[in-house]
Amino acid sequence: MAILVCAEYQGQQLNMASLQALSAAKDIKAHTATDLVVLLASSDEALLSAAQSIEGVDQVIGFSGDTSALSLAENLAPTIVSIIKSSDISHLVSAATTQAKNVLPRVAGLMDVAQISEITSVVDQETFVRPIYAGNALATVRSSDQLKVITVRSSAFEAADTQGGSASLSIHSDIVDSGLSSFIGETLVKSDRPELASADVIISGGRGMQNGDNFSLLENVADTLGAAVGASRAAVDAGFVSNDMQVGQTGKIVAPNLYIAVGISGAIQHLAGMKDSKVIVAINKDDEAPIFNVADYGVVADLFDVLPELNQQLSDRN
Amino acid sequence: MKVLVAVKRVVDANVKIRVKPDQTGVDLSNVKMAINPFDEIAVEEALRLKESNQASEVVVVSIGQANTQEQLRSALAMGADRAIQVQLPADHSDELTSLTVAKLLKAVVDQEQPELVILGKQSIDSDNNQTGQMLAAITNRAQGTFASEIKIDQGVLNVTREIDGGLQEVALNLPAVVTTDLRLNEPRYASLPNIMKAKRKPLDIIEAVSLGINLAPSITTVAVIEPAAREAGIIVPDVATLIEKLSAEQGVI
Ligand SMILES: Cc1cc2nc3c(=O)[nH]c(=O)nc-3n(C[C@H](O)[C@H](O)[C@H](O)COP(=O)(O)OP(=O)(O)OC[C@H]3O[C@@H](n4cnc5c(N)ncnc54)[C@H](O)[C@@H]3O)c2cc1C
Ligand SMILES: Nc1ncnc2c1ncn2[C@@H]1O[C@H](COP(=O)(O)O)[C@@H](O)[C@H]1O
Repeated sequence: MAILVCAEYQGQQLNMASLQALSAAKDIKAHTATDLVVLLASSDEALLSAAQSIEGVDQVIGFSGDTSALSLAENLAPTIVSIIKSSDISHLVSAATTQAKNVLPRVAGLMDVAQISEITSVVDQETFVRPIYAGNALATVRSSDQLKVITVRSSAFEAADTQGGSASLSIHSDIVDSGLSSFIGETLVKSDRPELASADVIISGGRGMQNGDNFSLLENVADTLGAAVGASRAAVDAGFVSNDMQVGQTGKIVAPNLYIAVGISGAIQHLAGMKDSKVIVAINKDDEAPIFNVADYGVVADLFDVLPELNQQLSDRN
Repeated sequence: MKVLVAVKRVVDANVKIRVKPDQTGVDLSNVKMAINPFDEIAVEEALRLKESNQASEVVVVSIGQANTQEQLRSALAMGADRAIQVQLPADHSDELTSLTVAKLLKAVVDQEQPELVILGKQSIDSDNNQTGQMLAAITNRAQGTFASEIKIDQGVLNVTREIDGGLQEVALNLPAVVTTDLRLNEPRYASLPNIMKAKRKPLDIIEAVSLGINLAPSITTVAVIEPAAREAGIIVPDVATLIEKLSAEQGVI
């Protein structure tokens, strides 16, 4: 029996979220004592060898040749299914990235099993905890499926150690091309700042920022603190910033050491994405804004006064 | 082109839910219910396809008890042509898994043969984000999930998808399955005359048990609890105090 973890990468780097999902897989392994297998939809030798070094991994499955077809769920899902069927897989695990949210339910559908989305802890090999209703309730659920398909809320787990492992490597050459769809292109937002998913400090702006240009006030503070920049849905919908910055129930779920919410009211759906942060700061001119109910420190003032002052004083400290 | 839209009855997005003291679930008695917001976006998109003469008929489907007809009527009032309710047995109390929902929807797809099925990306109650992908899998269709724009061009559906790093564009062969993200459109409100008209639009009922699909869930809920509440903190008088707290007391900067 084995636990199969679908890992993701960017360029030559394994995703932090995947390393965190690996920790969840290790928690499952602690109850079942099976092998831990990492699947990487890549033929890049350096990447595959990086995956082999992850502590606790027994086997890495990579591919040979052109793997570009695997960016599409219609192709990756049946490819994973053929791997599952040729091995003895008890759990299929992945970080709850948009890629996994796209692909894993398709695998589950093809395998005729249910999926458990966004687990935050492992009770035993068939029992898991997951938030429901925008994190306003925590459900403990048990699966009786032969194959358990699971996505992991990465922010709830520490990253697995990237060193110390010596996994074997097996190369898979059958890539299914279903012919159902084709990849046209991607517009990826490039930034020198840390990623929202793995940042220690995040500063987010909401409708109160008024426009996209004003986000430079947040970016200044972010650069001083080495922070990532996030946003509320209202800020994204209004076109201030791009969709990849949305924090919340239906955007990115984050849990940094410090989350600074600026001009954000604190709707349930936004709180769902950040209320597990260690320290929360709210800057809002409305002292009744619900964000203050979850903030450790509140500043009731106009953000256009506070942000320049904050940046000035932080810079002076450095 | 026929478009089928899946609509789920859920707790209204503005309701602050309560967990039942006996930990069996969430208390839904006397709570305002609504169409899942992502499904409203799905209905809106289908209506726009029809209004631009790219779709001929918009059919909405919901799986649930008789009260889910309220949400179907709302979708009809928005402008859908007809509705199908897949009626669960009256004593069915277990929550359906997304896989079971996908199988029941597949039965409707087999019957209706829509070229496009639009679903929400996620139910705001279960937060599963699974059904559309599962339906696409078991009907062997292409899937365009988390769509922020769709365009039909000579039998191919171009879908712009919201992904972690930005946006992705894919081309899908029809028939296909699409799931909606927030930026796809802004749903319309139903006008009073349309609400009246919706009462007379056709609404067919299919008994779920007649479809030969096992409704027993493979996932059971052991307990539902309330998460630990965060305590409100303090209001600081100025920026200097804030920085002092964050550095000296918390050590986070
Ligand atoms: C299905 C669904 C999914 C959703 N998913 C998400 C999600 O993932 N993430 C998310 O964030 N939201 C989500 N929402 C939206 C959510 O309900 C709120 O509408 C949204 O979070 C509000 O954003 P906001 O706080 O920026 O705007 P508002 O609620 O308008 O708040 C703006 C705040 O800025 C303050 N302000 C204004 N000017 C100033 C100033 N000069 N100085 C200081 N303060 C100022 C105001 O006092 C106010 O509190 C979702 C909603 C639905 C229905
Ligand atoms: N009971 C249901 N009836 C109709 N559609 C549903 C039902 N449950 C889920 N769906 C559809 O599937 C989408 C995703 O749901 P989920 O996988 O539960 O997050 C929803 O937005 C709906 O479009």
